[in-house]
Amino acid sequence: MLRLPAACLLLLASASALGWEWRGETGLEGRYFTEGPGNPDYWHNGSAYVRGELLHEWNDRRDLFTFVPFARIDENDSQRSHADIRELIWLHVADGWESRVGIGKVFWGVTEGRHLVDIINQTDAVEQPDGEDKLGQPMINVSTVRDWGTLDLYVLPGFRERTFAGPDGRPGLPVPVDTDAASYASRAEQYRVDAAIRWQQMFGSLQLALSHFSGNGREPLLTPNFDDAFAAGWVGGPLPPGFKPRLDPFYPVIEQSGLEAQYLLGGWLFKLEAIARSGNRFERRMHAADAGFEYTQVGLFGSDMDLGWIVEYLWEDRADNFVSPFASDWLLGNRLTLNDIAGTELLWGLIWDPQTEERVYSLESSRRFGDRWRATLEASIYSRAGDPPTADEIFNGVAPDKPLAAFSREDMIQLELIYFF
Amino acid sequence: MLRRTLSLSVLLSLLIAPVSLLAETAEEKGLAIAREADRRGQGFGDFEATMKMVLSSRRGDRSERELRVRTLEGKEGEGDKSLTIFDTPADVRGTALLTWSHPTGDDDQWLYLPALKRVKTIASRNQSGSFMGSEFAFEDMRAQEVEKYRYKYLRDEPCGELTCFVYERYPQDQYSGYTRQVVWMDQAEYRVHKIDYFDRKQSLLKTLTVTDHSLHLERFWQPGKMEMVNHQTGKSTELLWSDYRFNTGLSEADFTQNSLMRAR
Repeated sequence: MLRLPAACLLLLASASALGWEWRGETGLEGRYFTEGPGNPDYWHNGSAYVRGELLHEWNDRRDLFTFVPFARIDENDSQRSHADIRELIWLHVADGWESRVGIGKVFWGVTEGRHLVDIINQTDAVEQPDGEDKLGQPMINVSTVRDWGTLDLYVLPGFRERTFAGPDGRPGLPVPVDTDAASYASRAEQYRVDAAIRWQQMFGSLQLALSHFSGNGREPLLTPNFDDAFAAGWVGGPLPPGFKPRLDPFYPVIEQSGLEAQYLLGGWLFKLEAIARSGNRFERRMHAADAGFEYTQVGLFGSDMDLGWIVEYLWEDRADNFVSPFASDWLLGNRLTLNDIAGTELLWGLIWDPQTEERVYSLESSRRFGDRWRATLEASIYSRAGDPPTADEIFNGVAPDKPLAAFSREDMIQLELIYFF
Repeated sequence: MLRRTLSLSVLLSLLIAPVSLLAETAEEKGLAIAREADRRGQGFGDFEATMKMVLSSRRGDRSERELRVRTLEGKEGEGDKSLTIFDTPADVRGTALLTWSHPTGDDDQWLYLPALKRVKTIASRNQSGSFMGSEFAFEDMRAQEVEKYRYKYLRDEPCGELTCFVYERYPQDQYSGYTRQVVWMDQAEYRVHKIDYFDRKQSLLKTLTVTDHSLHLERFWQPGKMEMVNHQTGKSTELLWSDYRFNTGLSEADFTQNSLMRAR
């Protein structure tokens, strides 16, 4: 068994001699849940990840091969212990156009509060609560840069299901999601070939992008496993003792159109993201938007520090509290950059719903130690979100008063130490 | 008749020329020096170079960063385009900065964050902010287009074995971190040797010293070492340039947001 790593090392050593480049990072993470042990019955959790990057560039920078494997092990959550190919992709640059074939990652969007327009990759939701970690997506992408803008076409063969914390995972929902029970509107299920198109252009200080996606929705509907409950003799009211309640993901086929706009006026950066989504037979056509600005004060109080202000309004027209916690919320945030040798950064934010009084406080801070280490301290705190709904309430269709109630006992502080190799 | 007019005009110009030289104001002479320096820098086409940045704190803590720079000369009336790729420290590896400088008005700048695969627009009013935590501000790093300053010649002064023009320049952008800069430029090759930077309160903020110039394509002088000392904080930053390569075949297509996302 010990031979395999040695062989890998040998392979990597010879790879670098042939113009291949191997690098990556590994991190150790500790979480502390400040609201108590919750259902899984623990206060703290340890976890570790490794992410490699194998690169090869040839043909005078016209061809690039990238392989990015990722793996995490988690102390308590078997669903969070997972591995993924983030990237395994060949990029080719020709005159006037470029292509990407393989497993890759694409980001669309301009705002900070929500990434509404971003839809190519599935969220790796067990990673971090901010939802910015994504699973690798199989794709064929052709891109062309012309006078009339940048046009991207995507064919997406194969769908990735969203990851969810298991019954022992934290932060988690009051009733766990059974990812093995996923169902689809599409008869082709996860083998459906999806497609997307995006056009982007600059008009002076205005940057505009329009996009459309057609395929399996990335955001699943979560429905209680009523069939199992009925089979266990449930006829409404309290669930039978010993019954294991769970939520089953359902992926509809959707059509989603997106708009991204960014306007630079002096030091002010105005941002807008908006989507219209249809095709989900359980909901009407839905609309959502996130609009706001970012402004940076440089050299705060005569120091080297920069202070950025972020203000955004988050809106959507879905009325269901459980699926859309950010229906009419404000985001207020500051990004403090110390501009010191350690590259110290602090980002704090408040998402505030004036109607329900709910508040989500978040903090992301980090600094470097030496040349190869970085430490991050993060926190997410839910305030005035009420009590989480019980399984009985969820199965009996009692909607929570507060959209964020499900997370109200999952406040957490997280410390991470990352080594770059 | 024609010949007489011609000779008369020649005569007139001969008469007027010395007068106009005498009458050249300090502002005109300063601008003329800047234009000549700019003219001598024209026609390079494109270049790539490697840069090591050494940051030192007042206490003597040191930290190094390695970057690669690709620059494409702007067409007539347009500013240069440049792409900066960060190699170390390891946590910013793969981050890249694309700048389209404009002779007048704000530059366009985009930063690529590889972890998120995200291109972020930088509001260019941030130009007085620090570049990567160094003593160089964004505005010190960018292409020094003639139109971005007003000028005033001060005096000639020996600098090493050479003689330098000493002139002041005043940033035209109201968001610049400086009120004025004093530039020492040698008269032989129009190379910058030293710049004093004065902050908004008119006090001396930083001094840049440039040494180890090297000649490329038999025409273009490039700095080898640039040291910026901040007099107010005691911190300093050294930029060590190496591996200059000219005419590497870069084109407009290498300086788009698309190319920013695949920069290595």
